[in-house]
Amino acid sequence: MCKISKIITNFLICFFLLTINTFSKDIELPKENWSFKGITGKFDRASLQRGYQVYTEVCSSCHSMSLLSYRNLGEPGGPEFSVEQVKAIAANFEVTDGPDSEGEMFTRPGRPSDKFVSPYPNIKAAMAANGGAYPPDMSVLVKARKGGADYIYAVLTGYTEAPVNFELEEGVYYNKYMDGNKIKMSNPLSDDLITYGDGTKATEAQMAKDVTTFLTWAAEPHLETRHKLGFKVIIFLTILSILVYFSMRRLWSRINSEE
Amino acid sequence: MSEHTYTPKSKFGKWFNDRLPLLSLASHLTEYPTPKNLNYWWTFGGILTFCLLSQIITGLVLAMHYVAHADMAFSSIEHIMRDVNYGWLIRYIHSNGASMFFLAVYIHIFRSLFYGSYKSPREIIWILGMIIYLLMMATAFMGYVLPWGQMSFWGATVITNLFSAIPLVGESITTWLWGGYSVDNPTLTRFFSLHYLFPFLILGLVVLHIWALHVPGNNNPIGIDVKKPSKDTVPFHPYITIKDLFALLIFLIIFSGFIFFAPNVLGHSDNYIEANPLVTPKHIVPEWYLLPFYAILRSVPDKLGGVVLLFGSIFILMALPWLDSSKVRSSIFRPLNKLFFWVLVIDVLALGYVGAMPAEGLYLLIARLGTIYYFAHFLIILPILSRIEKTQPLPLSITEPVLTGMPKTELIRSDKRDV
Repeated sequence: MCKISKIITNFLICFFLLTINTFSKDIELPKENWSFKGITGKFDRASLQRGYQVYTEVCSSCHSMSLLSYRNLGEPGGPEFSVEQVKAIAANFEVTDGPDSEGEMFTRPGRPSDKFVSPYPNIKAAMAANGGAYPPDMSVLVKARKGGADYIYAVLTGYTEAPVNFELEEGVYYNKYMDGNKIKMSNPLSDDLITYGDGTKATEAQMAKDVTTFLTWAAEPHLETRHKLGFKVIIFLTILSILVYFSMRRLWSRINSEE
Repeated sequence: MSEHTYTPKSKFGKWFNDRLPLLSLASHLTEYPTPKNLNYWWTFGGILTFCLLSQIITGLVLAMHYVAHADMAFSSIEHIMRDVNYGWLIRYIHSNGASMFFLAVYIHIFRSLFYGSYKSPREIIWILGMIIYLLMMATAFMGYVLPWGQMSFWGATVITNLFSAIPLVGESITTWLWGGYSVDNPTLTRFFSLHYLFPFLILGLVVLHIWALHVPGNNNPIGIDVKKPSKDTVPFHPYITIKDLFALLIFLIIFSGFIFFAPNVLGHSDNYIEANPLVTPKHIVPEWYLLPFYAILRSVPDKLGGVVLLFGSIFILMALPWLDSSKVRSSIFRPLNKLFFWVLVIDVLALGYVGAMPAEGLYLLIARLGTIYYFAHFLIILPILSRIEKTQPLPLSITEPVLTGMPKTELIRSDKRDV
C-alpha cells in the first residue's frame, strides 16, 4: 500500500510542477503533430534538410546561428548531409581567418569545422541594420521560448491583418502569437519563396514546419540519442526494480515469519 | 557507535583495526539495528545521499568543461551540450538532479514533521538537517547563476539585492557580495568557486547528520522508543539496504523520465537567452523549489520586512523541537496535529503556486494569508496544540500490536497520562 501511495504522491507532485510550469499561456498555441515529440520522437530527415535550406536562403540574412558548425549538418541525428555535401555547403561561405604570417587577416572558403558565418559582425551592427531590433541568434531559440517548437511555428504562421483599432508604428507588424501582438520582423515566408531541392511544394506552412524542425534540432542536436538512450535506461531500471522487489520480498519474509 | 564488540578474523585485520577502526565502523553500519516497521517515507535518506553524490560527480565533470567568465559561460554550457561526449546527459542529470534533490529533501523534511522525528533525543539531527537544507538552497541558487542566462543574471540580481535591505550596512554588503557595483564577472567567478565548495560542506554535515542519527537510532512510524537490538529491529544490511535500493530505483525511473524526456520542463526558457544587463525579463521567478519562500518575500510590502520573514521562515524551523512540546512523536497518535500537518502541506504548496504568479490581486492575497498561516502554524498552533491535544494510547512495542492485532490494554501506556 505504502509503495503505491508513494508512487501516486510522486506523480501528483510531478503533475503539480508541470502545471506550474505551463501556467498562464495567454493564447492557445496551435498544436502541430511534430515527429520529434513523444518518448520515441525522431526528426524527419528530409524536413531537416529542407529546414536548413529555408534557414540559409531566408532567415540567415538577418539571424545568426553562432553555436553551430557546418560539421554538425553531417552528424548523426541531424540533417545528415553526406560528407561531400557538408564540405560543399561550408565552401559556399567566406570565412575570415588569420592573422597570417604577415599579421594580416584574410578570407578563405569555409571548412566543415567552421562555425556558421553570422550575417553581421556584431550585435550593434545587427541592430543598426534592423531598425534597432536585434534579430536573436537562432541556435537555442526553440528552447529559449515558452511553448518551444509550437511557439516558433505559431509566430511564423501568425501574421494576420491587424484589428481595426490596433495602433502599429512604422516598421512594426501585427502577429497573433507575438507578445503584445507586435513584431519587428515582417512576415518572412510566403508561398514559393524558395524552390525546394527535393521537389516538395514550398507553401508557407511547409516552410514554417521545416524550418521549425531544423531549429528544434539546432537547439537540441542530441534529441534522438537522448530518446533512444532514455528508452533503454527506463526499461533497464524497470526490470532491475522488479528483480530487487522480489529479492526484497524474499529477504523480508524471514523477518515476517519469525513473528 | 558506542559499544562495538567486533574483532576482525584475520591477523592483519586486527592489527589494522586496532590502529584505525574502519572495520569496526563497517561492522557497525551493517549491523546497525533499525526499527523493522520503517515505511517508504524513510527511504529518502538514502535517496538524498545518492542525490548528493550524483551532483558532486556530475558537477566535477561539468567543471572540467565549464568556463566561469561572463563572456564565455553561456557558450561553454552550449559547448558541453553539443560537443562534449555525453555532455548533454551529464548536464541534464546535474540540472534535473538539483530539482530531484529538492523534491526528495522536501519529502524527507515533511516525513520528519509528520512522525515527530525532530523531537528529543533527535534535535541535533534536525538542526544539522536544517543547516544542510540552507546550504542546499545557497548551492542551488549559485549553481543556477552559472549558465549565465537571463534568469541566472536577474535571479542573482534580485536575491543579492535582498541584502541591501539591511539597515546601515546593506549597500556595502551587497557591493561586497557582487565584487563590484552590479552582478558581473566577479560575481560569477565567486559564485562558481562557492558552488564548488558548498557541496563538500554539505557532505561533511551529512556525515555528522548520520553520526548523530546513529546515537539514538531511527525514529519509526509509531514514534515509540525501541529496545535495540530486539525483535523490533532488523540489521541495517541487508534488510534496509535492499529496501532503500528498491525505493532508489523507483526514484531513478522518475528522475530518468525528466532527464530523457522532459529535461527542460523544470527550468525556465529565459535561461536559454544569454544574460543581458540591459533587458529585464517580464517575470523574474526562481527555480520551483524556492517558490514558497519567494511568495513569503513578496507578500510583505516592505523590503526589509520581506527579507526578515524570508529568513525567519527557515530559522523558525530550527526552533521546532522546542515549539512543539508534545511527548508523543508520531502524528498517527495525534489526531489534531495530523490535521494541521496536512493544512501546512497544502499551505506550502499554495505558497509555491502563488510564488510563480505575478504578485498582484488574488495571488497576493493568497500569498499573504499563506504566509500568516505558515508562521501561525509554528508560533501559535503547535505550541498550543502540544499542550491541549488528547493523544491516543501508544503501543508498548512495534511487535505487540502486530502480534495480537489489537493492542493489549495492560501493555498500553500513554505519555500523556504520565504527565
